[in-house]
Amino acid sequence: MTVLLDAQDLSKTFGNGVRAVRDVTLQVAAGETLGIVGESGCGKSTTARMMLRLLEPDAGGIYFDGTDVSRLRGRRLREFRRRMQVVPQNPQTSLNPRLTIQASLEFNLQAHRRPRNRIPELLDRVGLDPSYASRYPHQLSGGQLQRAAIARALSTEPELVVCDEAVSALDKSVQAQVLNLLADLQRDLGIAYVFISHDLAVVEHLADRVAVMYLGRVVEEAPAATLWRDARHPYTTTLLSSTPGLGRERIVLKGELPSPADPPSGCGFRTRCPVAVTACAEEWPALTTRGPGHLASCVHDGVHLTAA
Amino acid sequence: MNALTVEELQTSFGSIEAVRGVSFAVAAGETMVLLGESGSGKSVTARSILRLYGRGTRIDGRVRLGDLDLTALPDKQMRAVRGRRVGLVPQDPTGALDPLRSVGSQLVEVLRVHGVETSKLDARRRARDLLGLVGIPDPVRVMASRPHQLSGGMRQRAVIAIAIACEPEVLIADEPTTALDVTVQAAVLDLFLELQRRLGMALLLVTHDVGVAEELGGRVGVMYAGRLVETGSVRDVLAAPRHPYTQGLLDSLPTPGIPRSELRVIPGRPPLAGEAGAGCAFAPRCPQAVTSCHASEPALVAVGPGRAAACPIVNKTLTAQGVPA
Repeated sequence: MTVLLDAQDLSKTFGNGVRAVRDVTLQVAAGETLGIVGESGCGKSTTARMMLRLLEPDAGGIYFDGTDVSRLRGRRLREFRRRMQVVPQNPQTSLNPRLTIQASLEFNLQAHRRPRNRIPELLDRVGLDPSYASRYPHQLSGGQLQRAAIARALSTEPELVVCDEAVSALDKSVQAQVLNLLADLQRDLGIAYVFISHDLAVVEHLADRVAVMYLGRVVEEAPAATLWRDARHPYTTTLLSSTPGLGRERIVLKGELPSPADPPSGCGFRTRCPVAVTACAEEWPALTTRGPGHLASCVHDGVHLTAA
Repeated sequence: MNALTVEELQTSFGSIEAVRGVSFAVAAGETMVLLGESGSGKSVTARSILRLYGRGTRIDGRVRLGDLDLTALPDKQMRAVRGRRVGLVPQDPTGALDPLRSVGSQLVEVLRVHGVETSKLDARRRARDLLGLVGIPDPVRVMASRPHQLSGGMRQRAVIAIAIACEPEVLIADEPTTALDVTVQAAVLDLFLELQRRLGMALLLVTHDVGVAEELGGRVGVMYAGRLVETGSVRDVLAAPRHPYTQGLLDSLPTPGIPRSELRVIPGRPPLAGEAGAGCAFAPRCPQAVTSCHASEPALVAVGPGRAAACPIVNKTLTAQGVPA
C-alpha cells in the first residue's frame, strides 16, 4: 500500500485564538477512502484545507507522493493541484453562477492544460446528460449541481479528491445516488478520497478507514468496520449512538462542545464525557494502538457506555 | 377533542401549488411528525396553519385549533393565537432572534405582549425560569446575552423558551434540530418530549430526517409533492413502509452491511413545488408504477389499524394478502 498523502502533526491556530487543529497525523493510501467525522468546529474542514494547501499549517508537514507540498512553487504546485482536487459542500456556491457548466469545466481544464473536448464524456461519466453543459447553475437541481462539481474535480484526472460534506446538502434519496457515483468512480478510476462528513452512517458506508475528530484532534482512528463494531473512545460511542436506524441505545451528552478558543485542561472531551476520571483533567491522552490499524486517545481501554 | 385539526389544506403561491390537500389531526399531548424532502410542502403546511404568508398566497381548506376555526379568524385575533396558543420554533435560531437585543428582553417582550405577565419584574423572573426549563445552565448570563454570544444549541433553546413562554396548546417546530450537531440534536429532541409531557402540548414537528422521526416517536405523515402519501405510527411506518416512496426513502439510507455503490436509489429527483402533473406525483420515479398511476392522483386510504397510504397498487396487493383495512 503506497501512501499518497501523508499529513504529519498538523496544527493550526487562527488569529482569534481558536486552536482549530492540533497535532493531527493522517495518511491516505492510493485508491482508498479516509473518512473524517466530527461535529462543527472539530477541525475537520481546517484539516482538509491544509491538506489542499489552501491554508498554511502553523506546524507539521504535508507530503504528497513523498514531496513536501509547502515547498512547491510554479509548475510543480500546479501539478499538485491537478492531482488533488476538491468537491465542496455547497454546490450552489461552489460553481460560478454566471458561467455555464461548460465554462466552469473549461476553466479547470484550461488551468491544467487538459483537452477541452472531454467535457461531454465527463458529464456522461457523472450521470449528467451532455446537454447540461450549456446550462447555468440555477437551472440545475442540488443533486445535478453536485454531479457537475464532481465532473469538474474529475476533469484533471486527480489521484485524490477531498469531499468536504459533499453530500450533506442533498435530499436522502438523491444523496444515495451521489454516494453510489463516488464509489463507482473510485472502483473504475482508482481515485483516493478524503471524505469529510458529520454523518457517521454516510462515512461508514464509503470509507475504508475513519478518523474521528473532537476539538481539533483525532480521538480515534480505525478501519470503518472496526469502528462500527468496536469503538474505544467514548465520544465515538456517543456519535454512534446518535446515529439513527441502528437501534443503539442513545447516549445524551451533557453540555456542549467547548470553545476551541478556550478548551478545557487535559482531555477536551472530559467536560461532557460520561466516564471521565480525575486523571482526564491533566493531559490529553496520546493515541495508542488498540488493535490492527486501530488507535484511540482515552485513558480507558474501551468502555461500555449505557444511556443515563 | 383534537388540539389541532387540518382539513384539505391547500396553499399556493401564484400558480405554484405547494400544498395540495393535506388533512391530519393532532390530539393534546400527542406528537405528529411531518417527514419529507425539500419541496415536499412540509414546512409550507406548518406555516400555513399559522397563516404566516402574506398577500399573493392562497390558503384553502380548514384549520381548527380545538373548536376555533382559524381559517375564518380576522387578522387581529389571529395575532393573539400566534405565540399565545400556538408556538413556533423555526429552523434557523439565528434568524429567529433579534441580533441587537438581549435574549432576556426578547423573552420578556413575548410574555408582556401576550399578557402572561404584566409587571416587568415578574416577566423577568418568569423569563429566567423558562430559560432554566429549557435546560440552559446559567439563565442569568443568557438573559443578558445577545444571540451571537450563544452557541447554536443555546440559541435554539432560547427560541424554544420563547415558543413555549405562553404555554401554547400546540407547538409547531420546523426542522428545529437541522442546524445542530448530532449530539446536541439528541438533547434538544429530549427537551421537546419533556416539555410536551410537562405542558401537555400537541407537538407538530417538521423534518427531513428519518432519524429525528424515529427518535420522537408518535405519528408520522410522509409528504411528497405537496401531499401526504403515508400516515401511521412512526414505529409501524419505519418498520414496514407501505407507500413505494417511503420504502424507497428508507432503502436509500446507508446502513451497515450494504456494499459500496450498491445503495438502493430512487431514480430521478423529487419534483419541485408546483411541478406535479395529473397523476400520482411519485409515479415517474416509482418502480411499481402502472399506466393508471399517471392518470389520476390516488387518495389516502386505510391500509391497517391507524395507517393509511396513497397507493392503489400497494393497497390492492395488501387486500389480496388479507391485511385488514
